[in-house]
Amino acid sequence: MAMEAFTTHTGRAVPLRRSNVDTDQIIPAHWLKKVTRDGFEDGLFEAWRKDPEFVLNRPEYEGATVLVAGPDFGTGSSREHAVWALQNYGFKTVISSRFADIFRGNSLKNGLLTVVLPQETVDELWALVEADPTAEITVDLQDRQVRAEGVTADFELDENARWRLLNGLDDISITLQNEADIATYESGRPAHKPSTVQA
Amino acid sequence: MGRTLAEKVWDDHVVRRAEGEPDLLFIDLHLLHEVTSPQAFDGLRQAGRPVRRLDLTIATEDHNTPTLDIDKPIADPVSRAQLETLRKNCADFGVRLHPLGDVEQGVVHVVGPQLGLTQPGTTVVCGDSHTSTHGAFGALAFGIGTSQVEHVLATQTLPLARPKTMAITVEGELADDVTAKDLILAIIAKIGTGGGQGYILEYRGSAIEKLSMEARMTICNMSIEAGARAGMIAPDQTTFDYIEGRPHAPQGADFDAAVAYWKTLKSDDDAVFDAEVVIDATSLAPFVTWGTNPGQGAPLSSSVPDPASYEDASERLAAEKALEYMGLEAGQPLRDINVDTVFVGSCTNGRIEDLRAAAAIVGGRKVADGVRMLVVPGSVRVALQAVEEGLDKVFTAAGAEWRHAGCSMCLGMNPDQLAPGERSASTSNRNFEGRQGKGGRTHLVSPQVAAATAVLGHLASPADLSDTPVTAGAR
Ligand code: SF4
Repeated sequence: MAMEAFTTHTGRAVPLRRSNVDTDQIIPAHWLKKVTRDGFEDGLFEAWRKDPEFVLNRPEYEGATVLVAGPDFGTGSSREHAVWALQNYGFKTVISSRFADIFRGNSLKNGLLTVVLPQETVDELWALVEADPTAEITVDLQDRQVRAEGVTADFELDENARWRLLNGLDDISITLQNEADIATYESGRPAHKPSTVQA
Repeated sequence: MGRTLAEKVWDDHVVRRAEGEPDLLFIDLHLLHEVTSPQAFDGLRQAGRPVRRLDLTIATEDHNTPTLDIDKPIADPVSRAQLETLRKNCADFGVRLHPLGDVEQGVVHVVGPQLGLTQPGTTVVCGDSHTSTHGAFGALAFGIGTSQVEHVLATQTLPLARPKTMAITVEGELADDVTAKDLILAIIAKIGTGGGQGYILEYRGSAIEKLSMEARMTICNMSIEAGARAGMIAPDQTTFDYIEGRPHAPQGADFDAAVAYWKTLKSDDDAVFDAEVVIDATSLAPFVTWGTNPGQGAPLSSSVPDPASYEDASERLAAEKALEYMGLEAGQPLRDINVDTVFVGSCTNGRIEDLRAAAAIVGGRKVADGVRMLVVPGSVRVALQAVEEGLDKVFTAAGAEWRHAGCSMCLGMNPDQLAPGERSASTSNRNFEGRQGKGGRTHLVSPQVAAATAVLGHLASPADLSDTPVTAGAR
């Protein structure tokens, strides 16, 4: 799938003060029956959205594009729908002190930049956008830096993931450039390896 | 320097390694199901790409399949559309599919091993986090997202950064009433739901070596619940015996060659793990969860913990929220918790050994009044085996419902769901809010605890049944 490039993004942010937000919370299982990649925005945090006080329902955070989440965001299942739901809703980037591995991999593949910052910095960002919902956060992938009023924080992202995001490159075309390596490997596989061909 | 099991399997699958790039790994086996594949096939179609290795790809239907009336059209139009999409995709691209009604249908992680496709030293992927199950064979097996499903379909490879390795050594003997499920729940409670993050876990030690393949699968299955991508156990004679003779096991000289290779698949004595955890098997007891993540568990003989006892603020908050959702009070004995539903099944505990264990306990007894017990075999093969052994009759005589194979109430994508506020004891792997149905409350348990709970109506272990005599005519 083609992917949108990410260089730098500035937008308002939603403070999600919850830890261990698992993928069932991000997008409940019944949404997984869809066979397309779009239209998941209404399923995002569906159970919590029923509560008018839930942060995403508050008018001052409408149109925000940065999600500032608690630790261990995206635990649970491997459903990529969690990433699509966040993107369909309008989020461009998620900040947390810790992401679940599979969710992180999925997000970077789809061009949703997940940024890991120390919990103290996340606390500062929460305080900032809670005090002033119009405050903007800039996530700059070029310089690997998050900037907001009173906050300047560098973040890490491996060079390869960064290069792919900056250029909006999809993995399959990159891999297929090395097709010869795959063919060489295949020709050397031992005969005892399993095959799904029905006997 | 020596290498760990995970490093050996990894190294054997590197197609390409280049400075500053993730390794490109070859994938030996790609399992597909209806939920995470439609968008991947769509991507292939749009790009005009074929499936590169149909001979390393296999699909089954599990998440949406009903467990009753499987010969009738599926009532939920969305579930039906998803299954029909898989059927069309498999037909269009030539992928082998075992649909509902087929003798090889079942939960994808039960089907792979029972066909003999899951073998030591292979790389196994599936768009499902519980792919870690297959690590029980010494395979490097992990769940992937839909973009990666498309990537594997198109290239039979995946670009991946190598995770670190963690040894979880379990020494000593498990008590008679302590199962693999209790062990893994205790491990997760100890290291936390983020404890395995960034690691491939290797379970080892004398307690692990004694476990059957089924029990090893239960353990590896829940590695993901500790945050790890994969869990592995070094293959040994138990593994080889399990594989030999299965439909896709290597045969004759190939089997000998395979075993010779499989025997090299263990961590070297001088291998260095990035982290190590040691567990004393003799200290363990039947274990259940009280909260809304699998790390929120405690021995059945204890009580619901007091959130105030947590030092970490976010853990305290998580415990408070969990108790509120679960409708529990701090200090309440876990044994006093009544349940409405008992679910025996899933890729964690839906194999024949699990059904035997549950049947042995409910046999000749009755499911408590007002309790619904659902027994859902992990696959059609498991169901057939159970019927051959008469287990289905044991369950139905006790008042349990014997259902058709599938994921069922593990995640409630089909009609098998908890109603809001209903409470279950479930042999599955996730107790997240709403996992088994909106507002449903889940306690994760072993098949033995599930069965005893069904009989008594409250969380219980088989030892609690001593005063519930088996009635005449029991097995
Ligand atoms: S049984 Fe449950 S955990 Fe296993 S594959 Fe099905 S839904 Fe996932």
